[in-house]
Amino acid sequence: MSAPQPRLLWCGDTAITVEFGERIDPDANALVLALDHAVRDSGIPGVVESVPTYRSLTVHVDPCAVAPDEIESALLALVGTVPAGTAPRRLWRIPVVYGGAFGIDLDDVAAHHGLNPDEVVARHAAPEYRVAMNGFLPGYAYLSGLDPSLALSRRESPRPGTPAGTISIGGVQALVASIAAPSGWHLLGRTPVRSFLPGRDPVFLFEPGDAIRFLPIDPDQWDELDRAAQAGERIVECETVP
Amino acid sequence: MTGRLAITRCHGALSLQDGGRRGYQRYGLSVSGAMDRLAMATANALVGNAVDAPVLEFGLGGGRFVVEAGRGWFASAGAPCPLRIDGMPIAGHRTMTLAEGTELEVAPPSEGTFVYLAVAGGFGAHSLLGSVSLHLRAGIGGAEGRLFRSGDGLAFTATEYAAPGDRTVDAVPLDRNASIRVMLGPQAESFTKSGIDTLLGSPFTVSHRADRMGYQLDGPAIAHGEGGYNIVSDATVAGSIQVPGNGLPIVLMADRQTTGGYPKIATVISADLRRLAQSRPGDPIRFEAVTLATAREAALERQRAIADLPGRLRRLAGLDVERLFRANLAGQAVDALGESP
Repeated sequence: MSAPQPRLLWCGDTAITVEFGERIDPDANALVLALDHAVRDSGIPGVVESVPTYRSLTVHVDPCAVAPDEIESALLALVGTVPAGTAPRRLWRIPVVYGGAFGIDLDDVAAHHGLNPDEVVARHAAPEYRVAMNGFLPGYAYLSGLDPSLALSRRESPRPGTPAGTISIGGVQALVASIAAPSGWHLLGRTPVRSFLPGRDPVFLFEPGDAIRFLPIDPDQWDELDRAAQAGERIVECETVP
Repeated sequence: MTGRLAITRCHGALSLQDGGRRGYQRYGLSVSGAMDRLAMATANALVGNAVDAPVLEFGLGGGRFVVEAGRGWFASAGAPCPLRIDGMPIAGHRTMTLAEGTELEVAPPSEGTFVYLAVAGGFGAHSLLGSVSLHLRAGIGGAEGRLFRSGDGLAFTATEYAAPGDRTVDAVPLDRNASIRVMLGPQAESFTKSGIDTLLGSPFTVSHRADRMGYQLDGPAIAHGEGGYNIVSDATVAGSIQVPGNGLPIVLMADRQTTGGYPKIATVISADLRRLAQSRPGDPIRFEAVTLATAREAALERQRAIADLPGRLRRLAGLDVERLFRANLAGQAVDALGESP
């Protein structure tokens, strides 16, 4: 398959976005992650950092270190050099307490889809997700792979505060939140895993492209796992999957 | 030797900042760092530091400080603000030796927003991910992830030997009346022609919803195109002008969210971000579109201005100049406003 020609969009003089599509599309995301990989390996002069999203790769540059046309041609030359979706992936199994005080929207989501709450949990915990991007706030992982039968547009009025570790869905997206923040998404559960914890090594757990599976756990397991995670213990490890 | 500066009183957004964190936007952590990089560089250059050494950033506020231990060689730069040492007025944009027991008062700026205080050798603080900068939303950097409060203190590198002669530098003008230059895009096509004309042809003002994350502007609503105001989230940069459903633009700043789902009509060029940052609520803003080539030339000019800072420092010639500075506060204010770099 020949790689589709992306659009190049300058974001001021300090960043350029390589856009593979305008929608949430796993194929576009795979191309984004492949280009991200290639950019990080290639050491193009003047590149400061790259930020993958669902559909585009934004490359931050030092405008004083390299000419714009050189960046453009260097990026275009890298498109398609790394085959999309072939890298071995890292898989995380993320424990989640669903429903009740941990996921206050579980019952509503179930009622909306004409399912019982256990079915929603089963469908949410069934697939292997991919981290399509981290964004918004540190450690917020936006996932692709949600069962389309669970898709549900965002709440009309966002909640001013949702707890750290919230597991939620919005539209066709699934989210692992790190720190407390306002959100208009539907809260299904919480994980004691800290995807962002200052002072721990590593500070961030999830790389763009990582695979994630959710593992339902009982509420009575929460306290112990939560304490350990807050103390900086890595309560989950990732495994490498070919 | 470690000195200690006690914050006996402070108000406004007082934080520790430096060049910020690079390489973590892929994890959702924005860069942070000083809102006015040129002013930070100027304060640092005065005391011989690297341009992005840790500095105190005053955001529309001030404070009283006492040197509790050690002797430090300090300098301030940025928005013009009254300074006093043990009650005696002293000019900004110059070095000052503060001995143990000395009190420094930094009053809120008369115009502009951000004032920087540097000390030779830098302020000591815990560095996380390569920076001491406070990122309030992430709860990291600064004073244990928060703004400074009255009663806090911070360590600095004490000067064991008498500092070299005091020196000064011309203040960098805030240029409040010049338009802010932008490049259209990355999502200019999400707006109607009249929406873009509104951005470039209308006066806006900085609203009260302005902080280190972003400056929301008041003014006429900018019309979106047929696609509406939701896009699939993509990455933001410092200077992204996103336009949510109400049509009022928000310029994203140092502590911004790294991705966003509102279309970005234009982007403030890197060289002009500091002038926008120095605008305060109520200040008028006008935008002007420029090309990438112009933006890059401005960035190179900025880089040269920072590189040339050490050569632009002037020695203060002893007591007479000292007296002149202390006696002529009004003159300094004019000086800070009127001079070209």
